[in-house]
Amino acid sequence: MATLSPTLSVKYPQTRGGGGAGAPPISGGGDGDGRTGGNSPDHGQRLRRARLGLAVGITPVIMLFVSFTSAYIVRQGLPTLDVRTNTYVHDWMPVNLPWVLLLVNTVILLVSSLTMELARRQITRQAALAPVQSIPGVSLGEERSLPWLGVTVVLGLGFLVGQWMAWGALESRGFYLATSASSSFVYLLTGMHAIHLAGGILALSYAAITSLLRKPVEARRIVVDITAWYWHFMALLWIYIFALLEIAR
Amino acid sequence: MASTEIVHAHAAPQGFIRKYIFSLDHKVIGLQYYFLALIAVFVGMALSLLMRIHMVWPTANLPIFGHIQPETYLMFLTMHGTIMVFFVLTTAPQSGFGNYFLPIQIGAPDMAFPTLNMLSFWTTFVAFVVLLAAFFVGAPIHGWTGYAPLSAVPSAGPGEGLGADLWITSIAIFCAASLMGALNFITTVLDLRAKGMSMMRMPLTCWAWFITAILGLLAFGVLLAAGILLLMDRNLGTSFFVPGGLVFTGQTAVPPGGFSPSTTPIKHSGGSPLLWQHLFWFFGHPEVYIAILPGMGVASQLLSTFSRKPIFGYKAMVYAMLAIGLLGFVVWGHHMFMSGMSPYSAFAFSIMTMAIGVPSAIKTFNWLGTIQHGRVRFTAPMLFAIGFVSLFVSGGLSGPFLAQPVLDIPLHDTAFVVGHFHLIMGVAAIFGIFAGTYYWFPKMFGRMMNEKLARVHFFFTLVGTYAIFMPMHYLGMAGQTRRYSQFTEVGFLTRLIPLNKFLTYAAIVTISAQLIFLFNFFWSMAKGKKAADNPWEATTLEWTTATPPPHDNFGGRTPVVNHGPYEYSVPGASRDYVMQTDPATAATPAH
Repeated sequence: MATLSPTLSVKYPQTRGGGGAGAPPISGGGDGDGRTGGNSPDHGQRLRRARLGLAVGITPVIMLFVSFTSAYIVRQGLPTLDVRTNTYVHDWMPVNLPWVLLLVNTVILLVSSLTMELARRQITRQAALAPVQSIPGVSLGEERSLPWLGVTVVLGLGFLVGQWMAWGALESRGFYLATSASSSFVYLLTGMHAIHLAGGILALSYAAITSLLRKPVEARRIVVDITAWYWHFMALLWIYIFALLEIAR
Repeated sequence: MASTEIVHAHAAPQGFIRKYIFSLDHKVIGLQYYFLALIAVFVGMALSLLMRIHMVWPTANLPIFGHIQPETYLMFLTMHGTIMVFFVLTTAPQSGFGNYFLPIQIGAPDMAFPTLNMLSFWTTFVAFVVLLAAFFVGAPIHGWTGYAPLSAVPSAGPGEGLGADLWITSIAIFCAASLMGALNFITTVLDLRAKGMSMMRMPLTCWAWFITAILGLLAFGVLLAAGILLLMDRNLGTSFFVPGGLVFTGQTAVPPGGFSPSTTPIKHSGGSPLLWQHLFWFFGHPEVYIAILPGMGVASQLLSTFSRKPIFGYKAMVYAMLAIGLLGFVVWGHHMFMSGMSPYSAFAFSIMTMAIGVPSAIKTFNWLGTIQHGRVRFTAPMLFAIGFVSLFVSGGLSGPFLAQPVLDIPLHDTAFVVGHFHLIMGVAAIFGIFAGTYYWFPKMFGRMMNEKLARVHFFFTLVGTYAIFMPMHYLGMAGQTRRYSQFTEVGFLTRLIPLNKFLTYAAIVTISAQLIFLFNFFWSMAKGKKAADNPWEATTLEWTTATPPPHDNFGGRTPVVNHGPYEYSVPGASRDYVMQTDPATAATPAH
């Protein structure tokens, strides 16, 4: 039985510098590697379209957090009526964030972004080699690599557990959701981010399940690819939220 | 960019459910949106009729509704506004016609993401059902703008409990649905245009749907944010919008819903009601353009087609729409001149608002330039397109008045504003929908609508809507307040009662005239004259395909575009129109 060593050169889509790029490349980046699928230009097209859809789709997420941010900044500087004295006072109460725990969470999320990228490259490679592997009698040998997708899901869940603990730490310091405007915003921003990240975890789990269902690797790759870009966006968004909450207390 | 070689992602479905209910076909989804809006518009119209009757005969004992209480009037007001703005004016022209004709007009087999498209419709449907559910638990009384703190405190008034929760939930679901739709529209325009269909060869309808989708993409996320904050204020005890020290008391009328008056101060403190207004109107003003831009696109398309002339200033039309969309995001403060904002901010918002007059005037003059010296065919769709321009001008002219703080402050809470926005946002957009319906009906259902009935419908609707909304400007200047359920007892307003009665009669006649449309619509669907593939002798791609279009729109062909969308009366051409897919020749140079 012939064995072909994987010496094919695979063009990866360019990830823009600095680890965890923002928006996925709308065109250009996706063009080359889509066609390495050889006889299935359809998948390349679909990948490009899905990436475009994602780039468009994260715009409202950005708008959502822009709205929260503007509300946050405005509320911070807003004098409010004190009913007891009937005067306008500044009642903003800076929240004492459990920043060590949040820093740990940040590291977990950044590492998950890295493993997500590894998973994305892994499946890109698999998708590129799939046509070769489908030739009868050709085997590329077992690919020895970690299940990065699973690792990312675990790390993502770890981040959510960490956020849960951070909320617990906030409560132990006396900052509940309705304690003050500042604490409401902390829960709001971290909570909305957690919900969006949970959506990413669902998408990853879907991709992991479809790998068991023997869906064609090219189709699975599209799910993993756009979830990866979304995941990097989530990491950036978290850094932004963390910075906002720390700097503009 | 073009992707004509792509195969259709899904084969034609066979079963009834896959074909008509959970269909992935953009044409079926477009019709689903259209029929949803058709149901919604009749609900909304019935509510407006009840309101008009109550205004002039406040003590009347109506058949089903009995004696309308003031809070019931406010519930009708809220539901009328919400249904009309979200489920008619946003749904029919953009999601309805846009879904059906955008892919065909750019030569695509379907939307970019058919499953998302289906999901988007059914999410809209759920939002509509949730909104209607509010009727059965006591609808909220805070108006379609939902100003806090009335909307933020469940004990603030009748209907502000579960009813208001359902209202906000419905809005939030609608936001999600609209965002999915906008994502699909933008990706489709950017990625699925046929070979030769450059952006500047797209029909102006496609430009309008595209720009509207961008507005929706940016605006609905903000409304969603506001809705989330409002739900948290109502249910989780936060104080984003609720200031401290509020006491709700003095309610005398207790409806069957079980509203109990409370005199205990609420537990919130420190919130800002104005924050809601800022977030809401940051969405709300672009929403006005979401409602009207598709109508502008349809009007441009029809005026050119039925004048047998190219559209006057195609590029200017595109840039004007872009300018209107852009400016729409920086004028939200003009809805808030009453809020005590700094005169400096008010001045900035005022200047920006009046600047919108420039692109609007460009569009209007270009429409008139298109008709001028044309061989105008006065068909029903053309009549409605001209009606659109007429209403756009009449409604738009009162805009610069309201854009000035010194004039807006006395006029803001009067019927003047009601007349203004009903003409420009309500009726003008509705005329766009009617024009689109009469124009595309042959393509959608394979039969022509009855022309005589359509003309009768046009006459009653144009004269009727002017009769209803024009006098409102006068009523407003004479001091008639809006949102008040009853004014017949107010001394200085009694002399306005005869005019108000005239408005109500006009409303009854105009609403009855819509039954002509309804009859024509369903009768023509079954019995209308069979339509040819291109009955209007138009140039855009939907008229090159069969009637109604096959599942993949072009029956296996992939259209190639050689011409711009409005090549009418081209010198040297054999016919007075050149289809976009006609081969390029020396006599008919491509753009």
